Amino acid sequence: MSAVGELTQLAKSRKKGGPKEKHPDNKSALVFMAPWLLGFFGITLIPMIASFALAFTDYSLLAPPEFTGLSNIKEMIGDSRLHNSLVVTFLYVFVGTPLQLIMALLLAVLLNQGLKGLSFYRSVFYLPSLLGGSVAIAILWRQMFGANGLINQVGAMLGFENLPGWVSNPDTALGTIILLHVWTFGSPMIIFLAGLRQIPEMYYEAAAVDGASKLARFFRITIPLLTPIIFFNVVLQVINAFQSFTQAFVVSGGTGGPSDSTMFYTLYLYIKGFTQFDMGYASAMAWLLLIIVGIFTAINFFVSKFWVFYDD
Amino acid sequence: MTDLQSRPTPAPATDDPGTAHVVRRKRPKRMVRRTARHVVMILASIVMIYPLLWMVVSSLRPNDEIFRNPGLFPISFDFSNYARGWESLAQPFSHYLINSTLLVVGCVIGNLVACSLTAYAFARLKFWGRNIAFAIMLMTLMLPIHVVIVPQYIMFSQTGWVNTMLPLILPKFLATDAFFVFLMVQFIRGIPRELDEAARIDGCGHFRIFFQVILPLMLPALATTTIFTFMWMWNDFFGSLIYLTTPDNFTVPLALKSFLDTQGSSDWGAMFAMSVVSLIPLFLVFLFGQRFLIKGFATTGIK
Repeated sequence: MSAVGELTQLAKSRKKGGPKEKHPDNKSALVFMAPWLLGFFGITLIPMIASFALAFTDYSLLAPPEFTGLSNIKEMIGDSRLHNSLVVTFLYVFVGTPLQLIMALLLAVLLNQGLKGLSFYRSVFYLPSLLGGSVAIAILWRQMFGANGLINQVGAMLGFENLPGWVSNPDTALGTIILLHVWTFGSPMIIFLAGLRQIPEMYYEAAAVDGASKLARFFRITIPLLTPIIFFNVVLQVINAFQSFTQAFVVSGGTGGPSDSTMFYTLYLYIKGFTQFDMGYASAMAWLLLIIVGIFTAINFFVSKFWVFYDD
Repeated sequence: MTDLQSRPTPAPATDDPGTAHVVRRKRPKRMVRRTARHVVMILASIVMIYPLLWMVVSSLRPNDEIFRNPGLFPISFDFSNYARGWESLAQPFSHYLINSTLLVVGCVIGNLVACSLTAYAFARLKFWGRNIAFAIMLMTLMLPIHVVIVPQYIMFSQTGWVNTMLPLILPKFLATDAFFVFLMVQFIRGIPRELDEAARIDGCGHFRIFFQVILPLMLPALATTTIFTFMWMWNDFFGSLIYLTTPDNFTVPLALKSFLDTQGSSDWGAMFAMSVVSLIPLFLVFLFGQRFLIKGFATTGIK
């Protein structure tokens, strides 16, 4: 079962009747769990609390943090670069992720048709996912969509002269990064494939006997039975997409340009926190990110009741 | 139910020669469809892989040709980009490769040790607060790193660890990569409990059960963890960008980035050459570890 499924299960099975369970392994558990406990408190929970506290301060590492109340939040409300970075990130998440998942599902279904050479195609489609997060690929992308890049060379061959530099044009720069995101559809595709494998063949056979068309079988059997997997992919990919950084950083040379068109939220946070050392502001931004991601995950979980179909 | 009755009877059933005709016609049709499917797949594969191939080919071309030639032929093997790229940063490129290797090895060891211990506890031990701890662990899986990165940075700068690899490696020894804990928990759950119960009857404690029964059986999960940690940390950019400040300590991604800073877009050949070098280890791991990668991915959805 997936991590998301596991969480929903845990949430459902809160109440456990019967006598109180004993905990015979408390002592050994302490030893086995020691690394995780240290990590959870030292590297995650305490820093989280600290980050929350820092959100209400002005801190640049040089002098002790200075409590400034809600001034960071006020500043965020008036910060038009921050608003723009939210728009850019939302565009990326809500255009890029659906496109990526549709590609993933489509190719997973095609790959699942008993095609010869499955493992070859699967590898080819999966490879970009593994390399896609690297600086090398971001550099490649920057060249491909540059004024003299691969895309324009192909364009010129097809008769399109004087094409613009896609990454240096504010209208198209974000699109190139979204395209890079869609290109890495291999990882959700693998999850879809695994899900498709679990759908019993007899459902399709029964439907075929009933004379259901291929399209009907896809929408009446495949999609409903795949909804838990679709849900899982949506949750994970949305969370991941909100945190994208490397591609935007490299394609824009760390500036989020041209004219802030690729200023992702995380990139702005990095600039605020680690190049301008405005750590209080960066912390406040981090919490806003957490809240946004949390809200979208919660919405996902809530809406899932209406469309995710658990076959149990 | 009514569907079965109301379904129209197929027309060819009425005349005999028709059925034979249908059978004969069906075969080429299926062939066509199968071929069409392969054509679509092959075209899609080319689109997917073309940028990568083009980068490799471009790394072997003189710069002016990179800007003129979108094709993959003809190749005149010219390794001067590699020689130039290798030497054009503050350190020879091998220096960054070694740094990245050290980082990756440290992280792999950390993840293997810490995550397997934690996973054993979650999968096999009965202890107070296990379900809550497990839920928390799963939730940290979705926690954006940005929420903790600022205080972590402050913490590590106070201990004087900024500009070392410790802030990147130490958390791995504290099982902060929840993905792998989860992956290993899943795996251990699949190992029959009878095995540890037998060991138990023979007088083994949890440590011996863990080391002598579970750990050897966990090899596939450990391999998956190794491969994913390798790939992620080899690619790690955000963490390295924040913690590693002087070129001496740069990892491969930072070296590539500083290429972009110093060369602008003037020497794509050298940049591509070093990009290709940086992808070779990933590609090799992909080639040999594919089985584990795909399995690990399909069960937990880690990226």
